[in-house]
Amino acid sequence: MIGEPHLLAVEGLGVSFDGFKAVDDLTLYLDNGEIRAIIGPNGAGKTTLLDLISGKTRSSNGRVLFKGGEITSLKEHEIVQAGIGRKFQTPSVYEELTVFENLEMAYPSKRTWWGALWSRRSPQVVERVQEIAELVYLKDRLNDRAEILGHGQKQWLEIGMLLIQSPDLMMLDEPVAGMSVHEREKTAELLKELSKGRAVLVVEHDMQFVESIADTVTVLHQGKLLAEGKMAAVKNDPKVIDVYLGH
Amino acid sequence: MSMTIEPQTTKAARLLAFSRLRKLELSRDQLGFAITALLLLVVFPLSLSGFRLGMVSKYLTYAFPAIALVVCWGKGGILSLGQGVFFGLGGYCMAMFLKLEASDPQSTSIQSTPGIPDFMDWNQLTELPLFWVPFNSLPFTLFAVVAVPGLLALGISLAMFKRRVGGVYFAIITQAIASVLTILIIGQQGYTGGVNGITDLKTLGGWDIRTDSAKLILYYANASLLLGTVLFATWILRSKLGRLLAAMREKEERVRFTGYDVASLKVFVFVFAAVVSAIGGAMFTLVVGFMSPSFVGIVPSIEMVIAAAVGGRHSLLGAIYGSLLVNYGKTFFSESFPELWLFLLGGLFILVVMAFPNGLAGLDIKRYLDKTRLEKLGAKLKALDPATVAPATMAPGAASPVPPRGGVQQ
Repeated sequence: MIGEPHLLAVEGLGVSFDGFKAVDDLTLYLDNGEIRAIIGPNGAGKTTLLDLISGKTRSSNGRVLFKGGEITSLKEHEIVQAGIGRKFQTPSVYEELTVFENLEMAYPSKRTWWGALWSRRSPQVVERVQEIAELVYLKDRLNDRAEILGHGQKQWLEIGMLLIQSPDLMMLDEPVAGMSVHEREKTAELLKELSKGRAVLVVEHDMQFVESIADTVTVLHQGKLLAEGKMAAVKNDPKVIDVYLGH
Repeated sequence: MSMTIEPQTTKAARLLAFSRLRKLELSRDQLGFAITALLLLVVFPLSLSGFRLGMVSKYLTYAFPAIALVVCWGKGGILSLGQGVFFGLGGYCMAMFLKLEASDPQSTSIQSTPGIPDFMDWNQLTELPLFWVPFNSLPFTLFAVVAVPGLLALGISLAMFKRRVGGVYFAIITQAIASVLTILIIGQQGYTGGVNGITDLKTLGGWDIRTDSAKLILYYANASLLLGTVLFATWILRSKLGRLLAAMREKEERVRFTGYDVASLKVFVFVFAAVVSAIGGAMFTLVVGFMSPSFVGIVPSIEMVIAAAVGGRHSLLGAIYGSLLVNYGKTFFSESFPELWLFLLGGLFILVVMAFPNGLAGLDIKRYLDKTRLEKLGAKLKALDPATVAPATMAPGAASPVPPRGGVQQ
């Protein structure tokens, strides 16, 4: 009976804004090595769900367990330190800093003000930054300021900034928005590579992309769980078809 | 064969250009610092009269809060419109010590209560208030100069930043605090000297601060402390914390979701700014010989922001020149057109914000030269880049080189 706890357990989670239930009594489990996609029409509560897990929004009821421990009431940075990384919908990188510095800032050491004050660039950091940059296809752009990167490259940089923290769960909000077909393919490849040894939670509109990467798909509608399963099964679910095509 | 070599050379050239760029930046900072040090420590003392040097000395004390604002506002994005609070508290702590030393029973024997500061006697106080007593000690006073404003800043910033109050709201709150402190000081005349402030300061540990030689020594102490502050602030800005400040100014959420407690970083910067401002205030008291509420309130606080903006809010050295210029302007204009001064000051601020958002530092000629040099380097890099080279050379060249080679073989 007592098995390994789920990496992430969301149980009965809900939040309402002025009576409007953005996420309502949602339960979902995620295990190591899994790529899970969350889809749903606009306003289904996808981004709100990420906000709730990452601590940006406080839940009204329910709880979130991570590696068996409750994280529902932790602060954002504590949740990050527990091992949950999050990419925002619009690429959120430091435009004025170089690609190198962007990754360096995300390196998970010296995260207190005192530590950061005494921290100087160390060979380990340089090595790790180069390693990650290679993984996210930005090896040749290390000395460029982030503002001159293309949109897709900024998305990769932000993924790299999560990756350098070696999170156990990565949550990506629309990682391929605004990317070319070629960049999408490379991103799919990247996500598959980095899902080894961790779980990845992806919110995405692009069905083709979802189909190419996700093991399991969760469909949200009006804050509630509508369907869950393999993409092929979900696609033929009449409830899902109704929500997507019904109006 | 040439195709495999080309990217290598491009990469090498790019790396070289980058290291050159970094060197330029470093040498520009060092050169700027050397020039400023020369100006403050050699040129001014040799070329200015005692009176003028005294004025420069006073202006330089305002450079402390300006430097504080460069770190806090320019780099960290936290605008404080209440830097006068910390400048004033530092100044008052120092003034309290000097006042007690000047109020020994002999020289105050005509008072109804000898041995207490004169303004207390005028306000019918018959003994020294309890909070004044520790200021009999110089070590305590030096500690208080830093600790009192530092603790206040810690309290304010913890209360604000932990609740995620920022931006304009934070600026307004700091301004309100400046206003409150001024009213408090003026209202509590018997404890603070009221609107006149604490005046008639004479000696520091028996050393008369009013003599010409003392003024010269204080000038050097002040200038050295200022240069030391610049070095210390540079050290902070070069650390990871310095780069985090830039990151935080731009994308606070991203910093938070990278696992940093943004509030604690902001608290550090704000407290640092307060302590630096307070050191300036304490030096002001020593250099000028008095402290009053007119250096605490809203107007002086805004003047400090203007000095930082005029000098360039991203430049530590700019803050020194901004303070010198704005305060010299203030002296000059307020003597010539006393009624117009505030309008001129406001006009200056608007002009700087509209026309030179990076202040004096943004105008600096060396940087302009560097920029043109960098543009040349950039052009060279472009010329080396195969992506841009290829279409340019391929188009006219592709047709001709191939057939002749074929011709030779045949």
